[in-house]
Amino acid sequence: MSRGPQRLAHGGRIDRDRPIRCDFEGRPLEGFAGDTLASAMLASGIAIVGRSFKYHRPRGLFAAGVEEPNALVTVGEGGRTTPNLPATTLELRAGLRARRQNGWPSVTIDLGAMNGWLAPLLSAGFYYKTFMGPRRGSWMTYEPFIRRAAGLGRAVHERDPDRYHARHAFTDVLVIGAGPAGLAAALAAAAAGAEVLLVEQDPALGGALLAAPVTGPLEHWRAQLEAAVRATPTIEVLTRTTAIGVYDGRTVALLERHDHAAPDPERGAARETVVTLRARAIVHATGAFERPLLFADNDRPGVMLASAARTYLNRYAVAPGRRALVATCTDAGWLTALDLAAAGTAVTIVEQRDEVAPPLADAARGAGIEMHTGATVARALGARAVAGALVEPLAGGRGRRIDCDLLCVSGGWSPALHLTSHTGRKPRYHPELDAFLPGDWAAGDFGAGALVGAYSPPAAYASGLAAGRAAAAFSGHARAGRTPPAPADVDEPTTFATALAPPRHGRGRTFVDLQNDVTLKDVALAHAEGYGAVEHLKRYTTLGMGTDQGKTSNVNAIAMLASLDRRGIGETGTTTFRPPYTPVSVGALAARNLGRHFRPIRRSPLERWHLANGATMIEAGPWLRPWFYAWAGADVGSAYLEEMRLVRGGVGICDVSSLGKIDVQGPDAAEFLNRVYVNGFAKLAVGRARYGVMLNDDASVLDDGTTARFSERRYFMTTTTAQAGEVMSWLEFLLQTAWPELRVHVVSVTDAWAGMSVAGPRAREALERALPGVDVSNEALPHMGVREVALDGIPLRVLRLSFSGELAYELYVPANHGIALWEHLLDRGAPLGIKPYGLEALASLRIEKGHVAGLELDHRNTLDDLGLGKLAAHDKSYVGRALRARPALQAEDRWSLVGLECLDAGARLRGGSILFAAGDAIAGHGRGYVTSVTFSTVLGRTIALGLYQGGLRHRGEEIVCAFPLKDETVRARIVSPVFVDPEGTRLHV
Amino acid sequence: MSERYSALALARHALTGAPWPRAWRRADPRPHYDVVIIGGGGHGLATAYYLAKNHRVTRVAVLERAVIGSGNVGRNTTLVRSNYLLDGNTQFFEHSLRLWEGLSHELNFNVMLSQRGQVVLAHGPAQLDVLARKGNVMRLNGIDAELLDRGEVQRLLPYLDFSAHSRFPIHGGLLQRRAGTVRHDAVAWGYARAASGLGVDIVENCEVTGFLRDGDRVIGVETTRGRIGADRTAISVAGHTSQVAALAGLRVPVESHLLQAFVTEPIKPFVDHVISFGAELFYISQSDKGGLVFGGHIDGFNSYTQRGQFPKVQTVAECAVALIPSISRLRLLRHWAGIQDMTPDGSPFIGRTPLRDLFLNGGWCYQGFKATPAAGWCFAHTLAHGEEHPLIEHLSLERFLAGNGHDEYGNGLWTYRQ
Amino acid sequence: MLRIPCPHCGERDYTEFRYGGDASKPRPAHDERDVRAWHDHVFVFANPRGPHREYWQHVQGCRQWLILERDTATNTVGAARLARDGAGA
Repeated sequence: MSRGPQRLAHGGRIDRDRPIRCDFEGRPLEGFAGDTLASAMLASGIAIVGRSFKYHRPRGLFAAGVEEPNALVTVGEGGRTTPNLPATTLELRAGLRARRQNGWPSVTIDLGAMNGWLAPLLSAGFYYKTFMGPRRGSWMTYEPFIRRAAGLGRAVHERDPDRYHARHAFTDVLVIGAGPAGLAAALAAAAAGAEVLLVEQDPALGGALLAAPVTGPLEHWRAQLEAAVRATPTIEVLTRTTAIGVYDGRTVALLERHDHAAPDPERGAARETVVTLRARAIVHATGAFERPLLFADNDRPGVMLASAARTYLNRYAVAPGRRALVATCTDAGWLTALDLAAAGTAVTIVEQRDEVAPPLADAARGAGIEMHTGATVARALGARAVAGALVEPLAGGRGRRIDCDLLCVSGGWSPALHLTSHTGRKPRYHPELDAFLPGDWAAGDFGAGALVGAYSPPAAYASGLAAGRAAAAFSGHARAGRTPPAPADVDEPTTFATALAPPRHGRGRTFVDLQNDVTLKDVALAHAEGYGAVEHLKRYTTLGMGTDQGKTSNVNAIAMLASLDRRGIGETGTTTFRPPYTPVSVGALAARNLGRHFRPIRRSPLERWHLANGATMIEAGPWLRPWFYAWAGADVGSAYLEEMRLVRGGVGICDVSSLGKIDVQGPDAAEFLNRVYVNGFAKLAVGRARYGVMLNDDASVLDDGTTARFSERRYFMTTTTAQAGEVMSWLEFLLQTAWPELRVHVVSVTDAWAGMSVAGPRAREALERALPGVDVSNEALPHMGVREVALDGIPLRVLRLSFSGELAYELYVPANHGIALWEHLLDRGAPLGIKPYGLEALASLRIEKGHVAGLELDHRNTLDDLGLGKLAAHDKSYVGRALRARPALQAEDRWSLVGLECLDAGARLRGGSILFAAGDAIAGHGRGYVTSVTFSTVLGRTIALGLYQGGLRHRGEEIVCAFPLKDETVRARIVSPVFVDPEGTRLHV
Repeated sequence: MSERYSALALARHALTGAPWPRAWRRADPRPHYDVVIIGGGGHGLATAYYLAKNHRVTRVAVLERAVIGSGNVGRNTTLVRSNYLLDGNTQFFEHSLRLWEGLSHELNFNVMLSQRGQVVLAHGPAQLDVLARKGNVMRLNGIDAELLDRGEVQRLLPYLDFSAHSRFPIHGGLLQRRAGTVRHDAVAWGYARAASGLGVDIVENCEVTGFLRDGDRVIGVETTRGRIGADRTAISVAGHTSQVAALAGLRVPVESHLLQAFVTEPIKPFVDHVISFGAELFYISQSDKGGLVFGGHIDGFNSYTQRGQFPKVQTVAECAVALIPSISRLRLLRHWAGIQDMTPDGSPFIGRTPLRDLFLNGGWCYQGFKATPAAGWCFAHTLAHGEEHPLIEHLSLERFLAGNGHDEYGNGLWTYRQ
Repeated sequence: MLRIPCPHCGERDYTEFRYGGDASKPRPAHDERDVRAWHDHVFVFANPRGPHREYWQHVQGCRQWLILERDTATNTVGAARLARDGAGA
């Protein structure tokens, strides 16, 4: 089986014993294990790999790695549809289904190519200059067409069936990149005694060495290095793993890909894993990207980076052309030329330099390569594919046509300094290398190989050893150890950098950014219009903003700008590199925190009982709480009323375990509480509880709750569910920073205790039945009285408190006994008709009593606004007291708490209504708003709480509640917010 | 005045190959101006434009440390909307949105206002009540707003997570159809071009290093390009407000925090509206280029590094997938961070300072971009008249002394800290 | 990722902590009634670009409030000590 017309009979790193067939646009595409989709496409003779973004010009493979700008494909079906993947990074595997993008009706025949005719109109930034008329808002007419034309691949709205994992890791030395420098660094660091993690985005180790012939000495050496690395137990190797970002604290985000192994989500296998790695030291050995030479029509299929051609040839055993022209200004191009010639390709070299090292020239001559020095390509010829090149002498004079079907370009190297830039280290231009290199290094960061300009394998290796040793030492490991020697028998050329000749302006367009169709003319235009700073250029032309983030275009564009400004490349500077280094799926970043597991669920210790007994649960912040119970009705609207009636007429039981609970102990506990609550706590007697309110320093209300005193030095504080964490942290802050002299300890015991409220006129009877040995008479346990008792040896806290306004008790028991106590209360109380009630009824009962809760406690409303100002003590200091006195907070016409009775029978009062005085124009911001609404079973009508300008001074007035979203207005009367039992007689029975 | 932009002009240039003029003049600083504006971001440039346009004050310089538009105007998630609750905010942001609606025409520069509508989601009845209150206020102030129940949200945005797996089920939402996005860089360039056309000097690479004082009066600035005198001086340097104010000896109620933003690879139309999650702070839209642009909460501690922390990247991605499960497969292309002025109550300061003839515009928290036209409009008025425009009277620097905090979301003091 | 050296628990990710802002200003005395003093303490900050002394609480560890030295221009983390060992400035 040939596996494609361009496939060579021998060589390569492909496994010819493992043929693979995948699906390419509905047809079989064949290749071998070790192929990428790109190499298989090239082997099969698929020349057009996509259409360009703007002009829809046909494009071919340009690179062989992550920098590929053209060959973006959509992979997968249904929920696995993934657009915009570079074919150069997709390992060929059975079951892969891929298709090209951005062509209609197809990539081969694309009507969008008509845009090419409009090119002079579609110059950089053209859309800023037009689509503005004929009237304001006309853009909305044009925009849908532009949106449809933009974008690359098409995504689908289906749930991704795959799984993603996240994990954390630590290492002494992280080595990024497994080329010769990275392999050396790993070996040197391990030899020094460090624990090493070596990550490589490729499936194989070797980096640029993988593009060398498999029968040559470099491969022999590479294999030795790999063997040494694999044999070192303290080096962990992760291939198919990309360092996507470097963050503060030498934290590196890694993306491991498992697609090659066809992970099965049903069995828990992940498609990708994000690793948050903390490294003591990092060796950056990320290599360099080859830079294209620029000339007219340099985007024709068949124009390819010389290093990519060499990779396809030597690694994948694919002939990228039959007749090659290699245009170069460095020795790297010659390596490609020699290897192509050795594989039987007819080769011409067009070298910008006037001379090259004699051994190279001799070798080329010996291989029968035609050579033109002091010359460059002015233009690529051919329409749908390259058919030749117009070659011109740099010194001037007539050009000549040279036929070719492969035009390799080699314009020097751009180190991959993205990762070192992520932490804010600015790149610095090195004219002798014609390249930006990492600027200053952060402590603990080290560089090696092509990244620092050590391009040749021996130089890369030597710099890797040094960086590995230094990194190990930084991480605290400096043992003397042995590493394999550098290759003795490698005489790779070392001139990898020369100054680039300026691009030749021929007819046709010269593309700087292939993916975004940005031409030299666009750069010049942007510059002329004043967008000549690199950041302006990028934003105005979109240069470097494609999926490849300008990996092959960046430096050429800067060079062009520099020449327009007649200044150095270094002064022109670069744009900022941002993570991720290569695109990363959002799903991998979310990992397992999705769906039901998006955020942790806090659960009551009683939840099991609720679920088994007909509760419908509802989210309450992070908590799930019973909303209503099936015994009372099928939907919340009817059930909560039934539950309210139960509490007002008999006895109900409610799970209040989510309330924050804080144990406060110490000889100064009374003083401490007295400082944090606005009301006095110094004289709270043992065996008593008190309601209190806490303010923040700025006098906004932090929380309210009840604190009980169980002994001289021991208090039990409860907070609202929502503010439990805030209050705890605040108490700790005050004790540790402001008042360290107070001898008080606070501990959160929220999860330690199950809490339940037994409420209703028959609550005492229910307790008497459930706790026969405990005296719960009004005399022994009056309102706001508390007791600690034991039930079958289990500690039980009984607090006579009421949120509902009925006779009520809160019972707290160690969480693991919660269900037992709950069931016990239900069992003993059964003759009384005791039943559970949920959050909706709880919230409605409190509205009837005018107790403020979440919707009223929104931080804009002050203690006084909430009608609680009278609580504040005058004879002591408390947190927030000074700023509470500010004039605007004490103004008489502030919006403050009122009760509202609906006056229109049958009308609905809605939360969020805006309040107006009778006679006000219904416009503007009104005089207040409705916070909480419920139906009062006691009063038989809808009631509400709200805030109203001047508050209860307007008691008895008739006002208007406007809800323009539903075109409703309802009349209401301002009343006391305490609708039920305003004297509180039910509390004291 | 530079050449007018139009389809016709484009065609003429395409045919003749004639070069386009610079969008804004390159200016060297003069010794004295009526008004010097420190900061060539969106707000500073808009202020200069409205000074010249509305108040005929044209001896104006905008001093920019780097190049114009290199701060937050080019780093945000491009949302514009006027769904604000509090008296003052509602009118201010509606004024801003109305200016946005005419801005491309006004500036003769297409800023691509795309009013595809914003839906803010509620995940429970109480949250929907809060949105209803806001929607009612909007309606009562002549601003479009629609309250949606769960079914209506589902019909509009069927790709959100309406499954039984959803951790915070969608209960409803508030829609403002006139909300949308703007091409952010174009705002800086468009104002710069128009202001320059009216005679404003835009001076780039000019860093202010100090203030010139005459007693308690500020009479100009020291810069890396020399002294520049000014009758009035304005600070408009989002992200660096504390540093520049400190040069004048002022301390302001601002902390500088990092806000990250994210963009995916470009894809064909996927999300039409701007959508705001209600369970956590998260908002997403799709740019005209095709990238999904989204953001979340600030990183949560003072920093000027302009780069974010990785755990926040994950948190934001979790929100994205929780809201739109199909986003899982799409790939994040780039994430970055801007330095955001955060204030105790989440509202900005704009107006006079304790120093005579020194004015400050800063502390915009999450709202700087959408405020750009109105902030420029009102700040220009303030600079021209020496006292605050009525739309910004509630945003004074010393409001906390009197207790006039202006907390739009009711979240409380400094609650954005991590 | 910021890594904070907790004196009790060792170096940990910042995500285990809660940020508490500027720790360089002394808190007014508990019985201080002057509005300006509290205003300046609660609302006004130097907000420096550079060395910053700030509060962090190790909420998912020892629950202690720390005072951390950190450079806001680079996010470089310095020493941390317990706030209770020397509150405020």
